[in-house]
Amino acid sequence: MQNSFEDIIEKLDNHELWDFPGGVFPAERKTLSNQTPIVRAAIPKHLYVTVKQHIGVEGQIIVDVGQKVLKGQALTKSMNPFAVPIHAPTSGEITAIHKHVSAHPSGLPELTIEISSDQEDKWTKLYPLIDYQNQPKIQVLTAICDAGISGMGGAGFPTHIKSSPKKDVDFLIINGIECEPYITSDDRLMREHAWQIRQGIDVLYHLLQPKHVLIAIENNKPEAIEALQVACRENANYRVCIVPTKYPAGGEKQLIQVLTNREVPAQGLPVDVGVIMHNVGTCFAIADAVFSGKPLIERVVTVTGESIENPGNMWTLIGSPVAHLLTHYEYKQTGQKRPNIIMGGPMMGFSVTSDLVPVVKTTNCILVPTDNEIADNNEQSCIRCSACADVCPASLLPQQLFWHSKAKELDKAQEYNLFDCIECGACAYVCPSEIPLVHYYRIAKSEIRLEQEDKQKSDKARVRFEKREARLIAEQQIRDEKHRLAAEARRHAMKSNGNTAKDKIAAAIARAKAKKQSTNIVDEKPIELAEVPLANKSEQDAEADASTKVSSSNQRVQAAIARAKAKKAAAEVIIAPIGMKVDLDADDLTENKCKTKQQNNVVLNSSPAAKVNSTESNIAVEPTETEEQQIDMKKHRIAAAVAKAKAKKIAKIEATIKENKPS
Amino acid sequence: MRFRLASSPHQHIRRDTGQVMRLVIFAMVPGILMQTWFFGWGTIIQIVLATITAIITEAVILKLRKRDFERALKDYSAVLAAILLAVSIPPFAPWWVIVIGTFFAIGVVKQLYGGLGFNVFNPAMAGYVMLLVSFPVQMTQWLPPINLAQYSHSFMDALYAIFTDFSVEGFSLAQLKTGIDGVTMATGLDTVKTGLAQGLTYSETIELPIFDSFISGLGVASSWISLGYLFGGLYLLKQKIINWHIPVSMMTGLFICSLIMSLVDSDLYPSSLFHLFNGSIIIGAFFIATDPVSGSTTNKGRLIFGAAIGVWVYIIREWGGYPDAVAFAVLIMNMAVPLIDYYTRPRTYGHSSNKAKS
Repeated sequence: MQNSFEDIIEKLDNHELWDFPGGVFPAERKTLSNQTPIVRAAIPKHLYVTVKQHIGVEGQIIVDVGQKVLKGQALTKSMNPFAVPIHAPTSGEITAIHKHVSAHPSGLPELTIEISSDQEDKWTKLYPLIDYQNQPKIQVLTAICDAGISGMGGAGFPTHIKSSPKKDVDFLIINGIECEPYITSDDRLMREHAWQIRQGIDVLYHLLQPKHVLIAIENNKPEAIEALQVACRENANYRVCIVPTKYPAGGEKQLIQVLTNREVPAQGLPVDVGVIMHNVGTCFAIADAVFSGKPLIERVVTVTGESIENPGNMWTLIGSPVAHLLTHYEYKQTGQKRPNIIMGGPMMGFSVTSDLVPVVKTTNCILVPTDNEIADNNEQSCIRCSACADVCPASLLPQQLFWHSKAKELDKAQEYNLFDCIECGACAYVCPSEIPLVHYYRIAKSEIRLEQEDKQKSDKARVRFEKREARLIAEQQIRDEKHRLAAEARRHAMKSNGNTAKDKIAAAIARAKAKKQSTNIVDEKPIELAEVPLANKSEQDAEADASTKVSSSNQRVQAAIARAKAKKAAAEVIIAPIGMKVDLDADDLTENKCKTKQQNNVVLNSSPAAKVNSTESNIAVEPTETEEQQIDMKKHRIAAAVAKAKAKKIAKIEATIKENKPS
Repeated sequence: MRFRLASSPHQHIRRDTGQVMRLVIFAMVPGILMQTWFFGWGTIIQIVLATITAIITEAVILKLRKRDFERALKDYSAVLAAILLAVSIPPFAPWWVIVIGTFFAIGVVKQLYGGLGFNVFNPAMAGYVMLLVSFPVQMTQWLPPINLAQYSHSFMDALYAIFTDFSVEGFSLAQLKTGIDGVTMATGLDTVKTGLAQGLTYSETIELPIFDSFISGLGVASSWISLGYLFGGLYLLKQKIINWHIPVSMMTGLFICSLIMSLVDSDLYPSSLFHLFNGSIIIGAFFIATDPVSGSTTNKGRLIFGAAIGVWVYIIREWGGYPDAVAFAVLIMNMAVPLIDYYTRPRTYGHSSNKAKS
């Protein structure tokens, strides 16, 4: 049972908190970069703004290559609740819209808008929403969405969606934990801009109407704690909670557990337990958007590590390539055999594949360590020591997950709740065998996702196949039934007429005769066809119809001969119209040509010969040709039917004659 | 320019498998010193023999398996197993006993099952049981503790005895076994077992000099040796090399069983303290049962695993044929580990129960 609101407040009043299982205490190394104020550097010459920087779908691009844009101008438009627009980080010209290496562990190229800055940094017109309290909520949410704000702490979930929950909110938690070693961007932001963060919290408070606001900061940031305590002093509903330093206390689920002892259900959302969590950077951006109308085009990025001459924090335009930051902070490569740049912290960050990787909305740190600072993975056998299980904040069994992931026993891995892994890296951090556990989990997860996609596809295909099978079976049944009835009728007839061998022979002779008769009828056709050179495909089809109805191979051969003759006849006619063409008016000709085209389209001619034929027919005959054609087709059908009927009749008569003979 | 690419986390705690194993070996030193003090240099010689055998065996088999044996040897796991086996056998046992035992432990029990991390059974204990079953005479030739022995023995004596069965002065092992009172000595557990079988009560048997320890009723040598290992074990706990679950639950299991039975009849059933500080309970609880590879991997599972070992030890000691039973109990529970692990999964965050998703 989850803790009640009152219980939690009581505990918080006593300055007590809960704890989450596991966790590790890596060296913090935060003093490398948090000693100096956030600086502002030169505007990079080229900016690479990735179109999709959040969880959801990408917006629609509304700019073109060569277009001049102003700082803060929207580059994409939100067409979908899950689309968050992006904006020009500075004024300049759009030089390309193409795939560029992305700020993603895979480094796979993603659609990116490349902007050449003009160094003027000219703002577009901004529309602040200062009296937000008197505006409808949807207006405020729209402003937040249009400012392109998505969660700046980690995953980048669209903020406007998170700020319009359908359930009641007990706690709005502002995450200023920043538990990863090295990173100090939120720390510096809180120290220097506590007031604006509070303004952002005010906006969120207005939107969410939570019962209480908890601002959580780790106890290793006393200055930030003090700054926010001062900023939030006036509001009794805001409470700064000092959380013991332990990695990963800043994980959303873990922080909720620490502050409220509530657990977000598996596959659920924090709001399911009455909690909404926003990062301090997001609050800052919200205040920017609402009070000055500024979209999210820059953020604080920590540039640190022992390979950086003067580590610190910097206001970085979204889209700045990593190289730009490294130049500013003087990257010295002496401590590294191969360039090693980590985007994010040492626990969850990823190595970038190129120094042209752009900063995105979720980039909080560029870590450039020396080789001594960062351990090489020297994987050995698992000794089943379970140190990983002891530190797992989600109470998983990382070791079992590892075996199953490595052995590709994906169902087993899921049974051990692979998808509840938050990839915090605590397990791999403590592993004495230096097994890159999280790496194995990531592979397994993506394999499972692929498998599920495949399964969906094959499910669809299977449904289609099954439907087809069912249809075929049904058709077969109908056919069988028909055959059965026919056979019965035949047997019945045989019985009533007696069934001697002679009868059979007689019947066969009758059939043969009937065939002969019908063949004669078909033989007549070519003459007809030759007379009216309407040798287009539909006509041929009609012909074919006629001939197939008269079902005997012999007849088919005959029909084919007939067709060939018809073609020949038509071809002969071609020669004549060449002369005729001269007589025709130019107008007529074009008209006819148009029609011919139409005709061709309608009848789907494929062979050149047929095309010629149809052209000819068009020229030769009146515009009402289609009607005539139809009439012709009818004629043929009728003729064929008559022939068939005749044949049957004759066959019957002959059969009866022969039957009568012996009697 | 190629970038160095690695998967997160990029930071790593600086303690690898080799360090873990070395720390465990280091933690055994107090116990080994005590054992050497009471039983002479034989223990050290056995350790050296076992270590050499283990390294050679491991290297040869890894070579045959085409594995990186240099790196594997650096993890010290074979050395640790060898030392555990060496301290378990009588110090003056002939050299071929420890060589065969170590070869079996490393070559068969560990490597044939796939090497480090894959062995089902605790290599040292499997080796010990194999020796005990195959060479019962050599494996029960415990000398009297130094303060009770009639003949003292030097390093050379030990060396000679191990390789030739006779000390430098030509005493046979049987002679060396004679206590100051002229009676052939046995271990504490043996003495009690024999005493009880002869119709003596428990309180009568512990009057014998072998039990003249700092607390009456505890074996002189084994109580001090146990203290040495306890010290090392506590150090391992403090260093977070081992979890408290197995040692505590194992000793608790044994304690409760023996407490109940001694309350039922204190004449026939020795006290709990006697059980804990005689034989190899302490080293077993802290160094043997805590072997991560063959033990349970969940905390709840470790409690069950340890407690069951304690119970098995008691059952075998009291009603089985062998005086001590740590090795048997550990091996029995090794077999149950997969089952225990399967049913003791912790509840994952956000899940209402620890049952597998169906």
